Amino acid sequence: MQQMALENDQLVAPGLVREQRGVSVAKKERTRETVGQPFVDNARMRCRNVNVHYGDKQAIRNLSLDIGEHEVISMIGPSGCGKSTFLRCLNRMNDTIDNCRVSGEIHLDGQDIYDKKADVVPLRARVGMVFQKPNPFPKSIFDNVAYGPRIHGLARHKGELEHIVMTSLTKAGLWDEVKDRLHQPGTGLSGGQQQRLCIARTIAVSPEVILMDEPCSALDPIATAKIEDLIDELRENFTIAIVTHSMQQAARVSQRTAYFHLGDLIEVGPTEQVFTNPRHKLTEDYITGRVG
Amino acid sequence: MNSATAYPQPLSPLDPVSAMDKVRATLAKRYAKERRFRMLGRLAIYASLSFLVMLLSSIVANGYTAFQQTFIRLDVHFDRQLLDPKGLGRREALADGDYTGLLKKTLREMFPEVRGRRDQRALYALVSPGASYVLRERVLSDPGLVGKTQAVWLPVDDDVDMLIKGHTERGGPENERRLKDNQIGWIDGLFEKGAIGKQFNLGFFTSGDSREPESAGIKGAVMGSVFTLLVTLSLSFPIGVATAVYLEEFAPKNRWTDLIEVNINNLAAVPSIVFGLLGLAVFINFFGLPRSVPLVGGLVLTLMTLPIIIISGRAALKSVPPSIREAALAVGASKMQTIAHHVLPLAMPGMLTGSIIGMAHALGETAPLLMIGMVAFIVDVPTGALDPATVLPVQVYLWADSPERAFVERASAAIMVLLVFLVIMNAVAVILRKRFERRW
Repeated sequence: MQQMALENDQLVAPGLVREQRGVSVAKKERTRETVGQPFVDNARMRCRNVNVHYGDKQAIRNLSLDIGEHEVISMIGPSGCGKSTFLRCLNRMNDTIDNCRVSGEIHLDGQDIYDKKADVVPLRARVGMVFQKPNPFPKSIFDNVAYGPRIHGLARHKGELEHIVMTSLTKAGLWDEVKDRLHQPGTGLSGGQQQRLCIARTIAVSPEVILMDEPCSALDPIATAKIEDLIDELRENFTIAIVTHSMQQAARVSQRTAYFHLGDLIEVGPTEQVFTNPRHKLTEDYITGRVG
Repeated sequence: MNSATAYPQPLSPLDPVSAMDKVRATLAKRYAKERRFRMLGRLAIYASLSFLVMLLSSIVANGYTAFQQTFIRLDVHFDRQLLDPKGLGRREALADGDYTGLLKKTLREMFPEVRGRRDQRALYALVSPGASYVLRERVLSDPGLVGKTQAVWLPVDDDVDMLIKGHTERGGPENERRLKDNQIGWIDGLFEKGAIGKQFNLGFFTSGDSREPESAGIKGAVMGSVFTLLVTLSLSFPIGVATAVYLEEFAPKNRWTDLIEVNINNLAAVPSIVFGLLGLAVFINFFGLPRSVPLVGGLVLTLMTLPIIIISGRAALKSVPPSIREAALAVGASKMQTIAHHVLPLAMPGMLTGSIIGMAHALGETAPLLMIGMVAFIVDVPTGALDPATVLPVQVYLWADSPERAFVERASAAIMVLLVFLVIMNAVAVILRKRFERRW
């Protein structure tokens, strides 16, 4: 515990800001210090001094944050503040963007996921992602959920695969609605059902962390409520990082909240504290509706 | 205060009353603009449709008669003396029989009043030179005919065919006509007796090219086209799809790939004759492949269709929504798995459509094939990609170039067959697109 705190202190110490991948991390631009408690003891993912550039534009500045085990951490902030970019760093989905460069360290269970030897395929199996717009494959409901287990060879035979699909759909709260039409296309479901199908598809590969990028922004309030209940249940088994534009949603589903502002992580803390007693002026402005 | 009352206040642009007046004033103009645009669009469509109708109707009007052929009925006595003079009765002996003599004898017996070598030659000219082969085929398939008499329908000469179909003039000075007065007299006599008449021209679809229009068919050209397109498809589709996938999904976006893209787009616009010259230089002169064969034709057409397939393939890959790629990547699919399982199946209809359009393009291509010798006069129907052959559009070119009137209608008929193939291919492309089109 003490050693952990020491390590954290060292990592944020300015002297230790390192150069990686040829990207200068030197503090040319002003960086706002994060207030609150960005670090936890039981961290699943550990991010230190993360900088993200899109070409010449810096999207995230010197961000350090822990994501604790079995917690839901929500990321809020006005549009363009880098919260989605940060989320996409956590399973290296930013690799698909040509001019995106990430520097700094992001550890999953102590291993640097941006290490040269790190493989993105197992990483993404361990860190799943649910997107803003429901994006089921244009295949049957069964095949949608079975796709991940199939490519990773998680099921030895058909019965096992069916079991995985069933438990995943059950955990995603969709089983009762689709059990009679597993072989109909997943694109024929309603928006909320599609999003739960995408969640089922993600948890079918048994990830450790689930990233959710505004999972409810395309859904109506009833579907949103179902997804929020689901997130609460999933917390038992998974670590969840969720980006949301709805402060109510952040308040409802998360234990910790991180507030982003123009590429800076401004404040992190227990959700209740951030919403009732923000320490930073910018957080207060945003929460009270003066910004964004 | 005074000035405010002396001059009317300028209306505020945001005043709702004045804004509505302004809107109304422009409405008529806006609607008129829209009407004019629609009118222009309709006019353009009518113009293009009328050109299409003109083209098609002239082809059909010229060519529909080629699907019928005039035949003459002869009561042939299969004389053993002529066919099997040694009385061997074997097939080989029958194959060497004098069928031309048999034909001439039959005609002489039908018109006993015709004397003199000159008149007799005019009489023989009524029947197609290919008719003796028809008799030979008949006897060889049924040797029992020898010694018997049977009524046989034989193709007439193309001049007679044209006369019956009404394509040649009966009047005018005799020495300027292909058919003389005595020949026309015999034909009319036979026509009244019902011994001369039009039948469906099966030979047009079952035989190869010939110097005699009445014996010429398109089977050789059709088979040549089939083999050429098979070679083209089996090469250009896999290469084109692989290129499109690599360029779109794997290749880094830098100056080199930009250069490659520009060059591929350029290749699509290079005149086809240039590809023909390239094929001549590379495939025939350098690699020593034989001339006039569908293999080389297919290789040349592959060069031509590749850019079309690559460009349409890249467009199809681009149209696959990124959300599907992200979904696959996010569950841990590798790049190759993402492409093979999700992107390619979704892009396939678009790729197939592009390929079929490229194939239709290749089917109608003539110029490059002239360069590699597929314009040769070839009678035999090709049986493989290494047999000398010609293709449908080249056959049209050859026939349209011939002086005989009967070849003109055959050229139009061949165009109709070509158009039918093209319509079928394009219809398949449309059906594929409609059937597999997905919406997100």
